[in-house]
Amino acid sequence: MLHIVACIKQVPDTKIIKMNPKTNTMDRRTAPAILNPYDAHAVEEAVRLKHKYGGIVSVVTMGPPPAVSAIKKCIEIGADEGYLITDRRFAGADTLATSYAVTKAIEKIAKTRPVDLIICGKMSIDGDTGQVGPGIARRLDIPPLTSVNKVVEINQEEGYAIVHRKLEDGYEAVRSTLPCLFSVEKTINEVPYSPLPNMIKAARYTPQIWSVDDLEGVDITQLGLKGSPTIVSKVWAPPKPAGGSILEGNPRAQVEQLLSVLLEKKELFEAKEGV
Amino acid sequence: MDFKDYKGVWVFIEQKDDMVASVSLELLGAGRKLADKRGVELAGILIGENVKHLTKTVFEAGADTVYVYDQPIFKHYRTESYMKALLDCSDKHKPEIILYGATSTGKDLASAVATDLPTGLTADTTELDVEEETGLLLASRPAFGGNIMATILCKKYRPQMATVRSKVMKALPPEIGRTGKIVEETISLKEEDIRTKVLEIVKETVKKVKIDEADIIVAGGKGLGSFDGFQLIHRLAETLGGAVGASRDVVEAGWIDHPHQVGQTGVTVTPKIYFAIGISGAIQHIVGMKNSGIIIAINKDKEAPIFQNCHYGIVGDAFEIVPLLIEMFEHALAKEKVTK
Repeated sequence: MLHIVACIKQVPDTKIIKMNPKTNTMDRRTAPAILNPYDAHAVEEAVRLKHKYGGIVSVVTMGPPPAVSAIKKCIEIGADEGYLITDRRFAGADTLATSYAVTKAIEKIAKTRPVDLIICGKMSIDGDTGQVGPGIARRLDIPPLTSVNKVVEINQEEGYAIVHRKLEDGYEAVRSTLPCLFSVEKTINEVPYSPLPNMIKAARYTPQIWSVDDLEGVDITQLGLKGSPTIVSKVWAPPKPAGGSILEGNPRAQVEQLLSVLLEKKELFEAKEGV
Repeated sequence: MDFKDYKGVWVFIEQKDDMVASVSLELLGAGRKLADKRGVELAGILIGENVKHLTKTVFEAGADTVYVYDQPIFKHYRTESYMKALLDCSDKHKPEIILYGATSTGKDLASAVATDLPTGLTADTTELDVEEETGLLLASRPAFGGNIMATILCKKYRPQMATVRSKVMKALPPEIGRTGKIVEETISLKEEDIRTKVLEIVKETVKKVKIDEADIIVAGGKGLGSFDGFQLIHRLAETLGGAVGASRDVVEAGWIDHPHQVGQTGVTVTPKIYFAIGISGAIQHIVGMKNSGIIIAINKDKEAPIFQNCHYGIVGDAFEIVPLLIEMFEHALAKEKVTK
């Protein structure tokens, strides 16, 4: 029986979010909160491994109370248990403070059921760093395996996993001892539509919710803003360049002007034509 | 922690197949400026097996010192072994700044090292500066999904660390014959201390899309409406003999694969001609293409930020403009051949 923990995050849908041009802040009202798309693949992979080898999938997240809906989404995908750690003292955490808090939650989960494998998405679409996964692995002192795009084998009896890690020009097959942590690429799987029974289960599901006081051995100076070595000193829109010349006229006139620009670089096209 | 003990700017030198990665050379260029502003040394940290001869390239690219860990255990990149070398070196020689390429290896290593030190780490930086007096690193990057830039500081910890996007910083022209100090280090690490093993490395050349080497890129965005609409981009690219690029939205919608994505979380490109068609121009996209030779934008929305970041803009319907461009370009090229 494998116990797999997937680490997830609820994020604003940054594709939709609008910036307030006056304050340079995100107008969160414009963006719905969703399960980080990369994490959906992490949960899906955990569920596939559960079906292949037998076991249980737990998901854990840190966030404000509405993050419950991201956990429910994971239950739809096929996760069995969900844990939300939520507390004002977590607020303002950078990647170092986040990996600390999530590690404390995983340690608590592991007390009742030892953890064999942790799976994270490659990164979150709002933070875009990919640093929390390896951070959790270091804190738990287990090997981090990033850029995983295929899980070849999990052998719980002999205590190892074999995965493919994506490289710039191919991949490498790596064997690691268990437990270990994968952070997975989106290409590792496709997340299908959830089966109806999962949807029903998710609708009724209430995750375990913990505050800082429910966790054990927490050094509160390592949490939230206080525990974050990095700070955002300023947020700014890059100076707008003067902009280019707008080609005026009807479409044919516009294209004619564009064509003369392109033909000034004729050598680029001739090379392609082999002339 | 006494900050006075921490001196010098370091670059993690990524190497593979007996070559120094180009991003490391770019970081030496950027690091040189930071080190000069602070009046400190620029060092490379080189880890691998049989890599000592690569120090020559590192010196020629601007380093004063190279710390070398050349041992069989470092044959393949592995987080745990490389991290131990880096932590060992940082403990002994105490740099104020360590820069890594934002490659899969650089990000993996930096994340692990930052946790163990511990210190702050800024990901995917696109601009770097340093305060001359305090040595505070100003690491800026697109944030919040790439709609805005943020400058990140690490005031209370040293070393300060950042991963930096490739092709954003400029390498110095190699100064042939330039040398410096080699500091050879070793750590006692046994194979059985390392919990991962690389079984096999497989190169996949067939499926590789190298849009970062193309002279002409035709990139399309969500403005094309659908997968079918996006095919227009393929047609223009084919006509011009260019590569196909895409915005993040398009890749997330599944119209094309991730290797075609230009921008912060995709590839950084510098073609001679870049077409942005139906791309609004979020900052996360702009940082990936702004150094292109000629940028041509076609978009229906005249307020789209892409028009602030292009050399030539056409406000219009791509489905009208592009087919016309294909037709007139083919015609012009045919005429060209005849007159020759």
